[in-house]
Amino acid sequence: MSKEPVAVVGIGQTAHVAARRDVSLAGLVREAARRALDDAALDWRDIDAVVIGKAPDFFEGVMMPELFLADALGAVGKPLLRVHTAGSVGGSTALVAAKLVAARVHRTVLTLAFEKQSESNAMWGLSLPIPFQQPLLAGAGGFFAPHVRAYLRRSKAPDHIGSLVAYKDRRNALKNPYAHLHEVDLTLEKVRSSPMLWDPIRYSETCPSSDGACAMVLTDTAGAARSPHPPAWLHGGAMRSEPTLFAGKDFVSPRAGRDCAADVYRQSGITDPRREIDAVEMYVPFSWYEPMWLENLGFAAEGEGWRLTESGATALDGDLPVNPSGGVLSTNPIGASGMLRFAEAALQVRGRAGEHQIDGARRALGHAYGGGAQFFSMWLVGADRPE
Amino acid sequence: MPGPIRDIAVVAFAQSDHVADSSAVSEAEMVLPVLHDVLDRTGLKARDTGFVCSGSSDYLAGRAFSFTMALDAVGAWPPLSESHVEMDGAWALYEAWVALLTGEADTALVYAYGKSSPGDLREVLTRQLDPYHLAPLWPDSIALAALQAQALLDAGLTCEDELAAVAARSRTAAADNPHAQLRGPRPQGDHVVAPLRRGDCAPVGDGAAAVVLAAGDRARALCDRPAWIRGLDHRVEAHSLGVRDLTASPSTRLAAERAGAFDRPVDLAELHAPFTSQEIVLRRALDLGDGVDVNPSGGALAANPVMATGLIRIGEAAARIQRGESHRALAHATSGPCLQQNLVAVLEGES
Repeated sequence: MSKEPVAVVGIGQTAHVAARRDVSLAGLVREAARRALDDAALDWRDIDAVVIGKAPDFFEGVMMPELFLADALGAVGKPLLRVHTAGSVGGSTALVAAKLVAARVHRTVLTLAFEKQSESNAMWGLSLPIPFQQPLLAGAGGFFAPHVRAYLRRSKAPDHIGSLVAYKDRRNALKNPYAHLHEVDLTLEKVRSSPMLWDPIRYSETCPSSDGACAMVLTDTAGAARSPHPPAWLHGGAMRSEPTLFAGKDFVSPRAGRDCAADVYRQSGITDPRREIDAVEMYVPFSWYEPMWLENLGFAAEGEGWRLTESGATALDGDLPVNPSGGVLSTNPIGASGMLRFAEAALQVRGRAGEHQIDGARRALGHAYGGGAQFFSMWLVGADRPE
Repeated sequence: MPGPIRDIAVVAFAQSDHVADSSAVSEAEMVLPVLHDVLDRTGLKARDTGFVCSGSSDYLAGRAFSFTMALDAVGAWPPLSESHVEMDGAWALYEAWVALLTGEADTALVYAYGKSSPGDLREVLTRQLDPYHLAPLWPDSIALAALQAQALLDAGLTCEDELAAVAARSRTAAADNPHAQLRGPRPQGDHVVAPLRRGDCAPVGDGAAAVVLAAGDRARALCDRPAWIRGLDHRVEAHSLGVRDLTASPSTRLAAERAGAFDRPVDLAELHAPFTSQEIVLRRALDLGDGVDVNPSGGALAANPVMATGLIRIGEAAARIQRGESHRALAHATSGPCLQQNLVAVLEGES
């Protein structure tokens, strides 16, 4: 018994902005879903099941919003699954949808992730005080800054690396019409002199808060044969989780991330990720996470990730482009941010990434993480159908 | 649709005692003994299972990412292949079943929990409704179920005596269920929202449940009489009550057809019906005759830990197959106002 190969044949995303006041929640998800269906030249009736993901329901103030979105998602009379695995959810959602095809439960599945953060204040939505439980402090930045400082101390990375990442990703976003931030006048000096929020993370090294959605159509071999555009093929996918806090936890390079990457590489037959992977879309909500994840994902030796960033290898014209789309630093509808990474990786190997296309990309990695650097989901997609 | 490509079974089930108020324990403390119980039944540790999936709701817990704390009860070290649905645990079981079908794993741990006691459940569930047209009116869960019950009465499909009989039968059955919150018959009482009386409504309470799934020979090695999942499907309906016939449940019917429920008669059914009137709707959708033993556990009317109640239905049905009390059972779970979303599992002992 072998798994059915899984192909990505449709990708759609909304314009991402601080507040999409022009659409309801239903309008937002439908916009992304319609674009994914159009890309695949399919219609609602061609979809067998819908798998939707988003981060905490408090962000929009709707409990289990997929119930009221069933109509907008064309899900009436179909199976509808709702995934929630914190910040990694966009990736996990795509993997759950892929399993439905791989297991031959369904042939064609619509998967979608969204967040409409303008409906609330995401930072304080993450900081609800609950008695006798560890507080997350003031939003995600307050939680992650100490771990970035630990990385700086451990790797002896020079102070300017974070600003290099932010400047690169925001410049990449200028080539992505869907990106939230299009900071045409941004300079490296402006990044370096932006206000310090959570030392060492500056304002311009921090992800925005966005409204947006991303959708993909996943299908089997027969479905891929009908696709009007080249599909992206799933070569490997995995999720790993570890506890939030425990003695001995390595927040700088969590084992769950390393294990997850190792599983994906094993499934994909990757032995040298630095040489064999052509583009990476990784979840970098704060600039310093680029060098940290480069090490965690096996692209650089421990303590050496910042050298890769400094050398320019992760730039659009480098030999390991990271976040050609502009990444989470330029667009962050939290629940959708992981799926955007997965979708942008697929766009690269389909040759449909537009101005931020990496020439000749054959294999790309999509990466997402969430919670207290404890939930990881990744997929590796390729232009060729896996053997 | 072809049948499952791999035989997968429920090999163990455990649940907490369901109580009206569990304020002395956190979610993780509530889940921990249930996980130990279910794993002890198989001799497995959490780290031995190939996949872990849970179901819960941030809105019940009153905090974002509430499931991250419950993960502490699992002992996710070394890191686990793990996922979570913001749905009843029955859908977590569905995700785990799919993971096993791919062949990526041979065993899976599924759990779910819910604490309704910290808030006012009727008010909390209003936040589940269309936020533009319905939620601003704050129609509570009992009021919406009462609309459904009244539609049944108006259509002549039930009567108040029949509803009272469902309540009495369920709670009498629960006298034998040590985990139930309401054990033994209760008076029907006054109307909460007419035509529903206190006795027609599930109790509000807290609890947790867990299941271990295993594939093929692994299941046979872990359990003397695995409860094989012969079919599993779920379907959703439109959200707006105004476009639905509340006296019918076409999504339950469709899920049951897809799960093969009508291929052969079942001898037992565990239905997730938090209101007596919803059991009437479900019996009709599933063609359940008088010969079928419905909710021998007492069902949701005896214990309703929201987010775990559906998973408990699958667990209870599987446990009866494991004990040889049933040969072919149907388990049902629901979510959303007035049975908007429904899941049906068909379980069998080894034939």
